[in-house]
Amino acid sequence: MKLAARWRLVLVVAFVGALEIASRRAWIDPVSFIPPSKMAEGAWALLASGDYTNDILQTLANASLAVLLAVAGGFVFGVCLFKLPRLRRVVDPLLLSYYAVPIFVVYPVLIVIFGLNRWPLVAIGFLFGVVAMATNTLNGLERVAPVLLRSARAMRMSTIDEIRLITLPASLPYVFTGVKLAVVYAFIAVIAGEFVLAGSGFGFRIAYAYNNFDNPTMYGLMLLLLVFVGTLNMLLHMAEERLYSRTRRASA
Amino acid sequence: MKRVPLTVVPDRAPDSTPCAIHAALTDVTRIYAGQKGKPPFHALGPVSLNLQAGEFFSVVGPSGCGKSTLLDVIAGLNAASSGTVTFEGVPVRDKVPEGVAIVFQEDATFPWLDVYDNAAFGARRAGVPENEIRERVEHALAFMGLKAFTHSYPVQLSGGMRQRVCIARAMVVRPRLMLLDEPFGALDQQTRLLMGEEMLNLWRETGATVMLITHSIDEAVLLSDRIGVMSSCPGRFIETIHTGWSRQRDSNTALDPRFGELTAKVWSLLRGEALKALGNQS
Repeated sequence: MKLAARWRLVLVVAFVGALEIASRRAWIDPVSFIPPSKMAEGAWALLASGDYTNDILQTLANASLAVLLAVAGGFVFGVCLFKLPRLRRVVDPLLLSYYAVPIFVVYPVLIVIFGLNRWPLVAIGFLFGVVAMATNTLNGLERVAPVLLRSARAMRMSTIDEIRLITLPASLPYVFTGVKLAVVYAFIAVIAGEFVLAGSGFGFRIAYAYNNFDNPTMYGLMLLLLVFVGTLNMLLHMAEERLYSRTRRASA
Repeated sequence: MKRVPLTVVPDRAPDSTPCAIHAALTDVTRIYAGQKGKPPFHALGPVSLNLQAGEFFSVVGPSGCGKSTLLDVIAGLNAASSGTVTFEGVPVRDKVPEGVAIVFQEDATFPWLDVYDNAAFGARRAGVPENEIRERVEHALAFMGLKAFTHSYPVQLSGGMRQRVCIARAMVVRPRLMLLDEPFGALDQQTRLLMGEEMLNLWRETGATVMLITHSIDEAVLLSDRIGVMSSCPGRFIETIHTGWSRQRDSNTALDPRFGELTAKVWSLLRGEALKALGNQS
């Protein structure tokens, strides 16, 4: 383990330890905050009971669907922007200000359009992730060294082969950053959507427990969510590091 | 070393006997259409050149005279505006002919592939059987001094080594014409000298025709059978100099008194053109 990682671990353990002491000694209001050990117990009890399995699976399915659509749609959109400079000139200012606009305000409209089911959640997850994917795809395609494309022509490659064998592998690190962001944004949007208005799901259960002062359930669910998203992020980060360690230029 | 008096003999091989024409340009020009109301830009020509089979031909000229455009036109990466280009008697039109390999000045290694796969890339594209590719790649990597780095990635190599990977990749496809666009331009002087010797070894071993674009007069004089000296933009051949070196030349050739004579001759031709190019740029 690297020194920075060790320090990171020490920092996290110290923070959790401080929370444990502060909450057990009632330095923090015990009505609104429970010790991390109790959260862990609550999380384990939730998993063991199986009462929330359907909600967890539903959230995962919605978020996965949103990620899939955002990644596929964002990639195609990014390629279109790269290949069609006129389209890019038209939408560039919109893309630049996209994340400055609170996209969540369209969630009620999506409920009106799709009804109170999984699709408004999938749609909001898609909307959060798609532009990150598109802009990173565009960035990756723009950064393919012209000499690699000239090499492709020198090797008499067809357009399809050039994309498959040169453009995609060369832009993959940037495209992967888009995938990573799309995953994170889609999860945030889906869970937040469930939190605001839904009849089931991870976010809905957290909101329900919160409204009923059921702290062990609420914090247990939050901890489960934190562990899941943290693990997912770590796996994505490891995959990205693996990808980068092979391709990153010494001078970069 | 055989001493041959300094002569200027256009379009002849080192032994002064006529050779088969491998690639030919006849009255080739390249004019880029003007954009946004600007007049058309005349980048090259008209140039005519016969590359003899198996010769080492270098092109020197002032910056921006159209040397790389000339290479692109011969390669089929850039279409001539007028005139004809042929390779082995077949017209070249907007597509790189089979049997031609190009090494660029910039690092063209594929960073996602290791050295072995980089070197094998072109041969795999050409459908060469895998066992033969292995033989060719192992030979090429040993030849270029990269055997110990077979499974390294480009990021782990120096600039000179990456350029050797690109040359190995070109070597593995066994080209009949190698076009080198300032392949040592980004390297330090010592590495350039070593790479030049490796290029000579490669040329001798493969028997390919080599055309080298370079800024370095020394490099052109040391490596070439003939040197084409180009004018400032639009580039034309103002003279073709026959060096007369034996095929077994190496860096010791620089000790030959004729090396200095040839270098001075090229520079005397080039100086005025370089000044014109500077004037054009200012």
